[in-house]
Amino acid sequence: MSLINLTAYGYAGFFFLAGIAFVVGGLAAAWVLRPSNPNPTKLDNYECGEVPIGSAWVQFHVGYYLIALVFVLFEVEVAFLFPFAGAFRLWADPWGPMAAAGVFIGILALADAWAWRKGALEWL
Amino acid sequence: MTPAPLPLVPPPAFRLGAFLWKLVLTPGAALSGTVAPALRAALGPHLPPAGVEAVLALLCFVAMSGFVTVTALVLTLAERKVAAFFQNRKGPNRVGPWGLLQPIADVVKLLQKEDTVPRAADRPVFLLAPFMAMAATYMVLAVLPFDRGLAVTDLDLGVLYITAVSGLGVLSILMAGWASANKYSLLGGLRSAAQIVSYELSPALVVLSVVLFSGTLSVQGIVERQAAGWNLWAMGPMGVVGMLIYLTAGTAEINRAPFDLPEAESELTAGYHTEYSGMRFSMFQLAEFMNMFVVAALTATLFLGGWQPLGPLAALHIPGYLWFFGKSGAMVFVIMWFRWTFPRVRVDQLMTLEWKILLPLSFLNLIGVALWTALGMK
Repeated sequence: MSLINLTAYGYAGFFFLAGIAFVVGGLAAAWVLRPSNPNPTKLDNYECGEVPIGSAWVQFHVGYYLIALVFVLFEVEVAFLFPFAGAFRLWADPWGPMAAAGVFIGILALADAWAWRKGALEWL
Repeated sequence: MTPAPLPLVPPPAFRLGAFLWKLVLTPGAALSGTVAPALRAALGPHLPPAGVEAVLALLCFVAMSGFVTVTALVLTLAERKVAAFFQNRKGPNRVGPWGLLQPIADVVKLLQKEDTVPRAADRPVFLLAPFMAMAATYMVLAVLPFDRGLAVTDLDLGVLYITAVSGLGVLSILMAGWASANKYSLLGGLRSAAQIVSYELSPALVVLSVVLFSGTLSVQGIVERQAAGWNLWAMGPMGVVGMLIYLTAGTAEINRAPFDLPEAESELTAGYHTEYSGMRFSMFQLAEFMNMFVVAALTATLFLGGWQPLGPLAALHIPGYLWFFGKSGAMVFVIMWFRWTFPRVRVDQLMTLEWKILLPLSFLNLIGVALWTALGMK
């Protein structure tokens, strides 16, 4: 990888810090102006006026986990397809690579069809 | 003896117009890929290469922060004015002419709000979440192509980078939802995460089809390839379908109506940012507005030619950044239009739409684009 490329990615990385710096600036400006009078009632969790009962950190539905798993399956598939798409116009004969990609997508489509039938895509 | 020809003097109004037009043209011409080389040449003899880049990066940060602030202010006013337009009322009209100073008043108000952290909250995570939200937004903004050569950086893996870092935003929502120790926040945050994660797939596949058609992963490269025709029609019927999928899924990815379940105020108060107040809350809000602009701008970039003019209108020499902002603004308007046209969907309908309709459709679309490209390559 050439130095120019690394510089370009350096800018991208720097912008992660830039976003943080922007929030620091905003919060610093507010820190100068805002009041601070905490009291016990104010620091309660807001549940529309009711006194909160118990902790909010409870067990939640397994459906979120299933969705996350199917998501990983597809996101990895998309990541694998990026080189194929990027190089598509470089091949003299595109039909061979297309067939290969078709087999790849086909296998995953089969997996998806299985998940669909198993009800993993039904929400809750 | 023939009389000397009268010198042609344009009327003052015309001269004023020409002068103003020149002013509009100049920043585009001056910024498009000339500022950075000029600065590099000027600073080069005095600083080491890393120092030069550091100065440039700081300038980029200042410029981008100004852009973010102005865009967010304009969008907050636009949101309310567009809402008023659709509801046949006036909208903000008290502060300044036509309510133009309303966003300033809002900022002043938000700056003076007390910053409360709930006693039960997971304090470090609660405080860090807004930083994560803005950082993710800034990372995507770094590759937006405003004009030819006018972007903070043009990565050779640009669109893959966008797909990757736009997923970071969900972290901030999970952090805020979990750390608030509020039942509404937790449910809103989790719903939001499930929604964003699901709706990341079909845009990624649509981006993939654009990459396949353009033969490049660079964002600027994709815009360059649209000189002959915007992807919207250059890709045949797949362009239209792709853009519709991208815009729908993009609206869902930024949690906007009709997909705003995580913030459904009638059931979840304000979702993941219920417990946030003052500037911390407005940082989330700002990130959301910027994400809306990013989705609009990316739709314009991938399908509507970005800063490229429309065919014969190239003869008008309208600067590219005006095209970019015009197209992005139109897409922002469409996203706001959605909000007042479609009723909010149910959570199971939301998931069905992505997993059983949009996802298979975008796969078919990808195959269609591959065939279209292969047939067009001869």
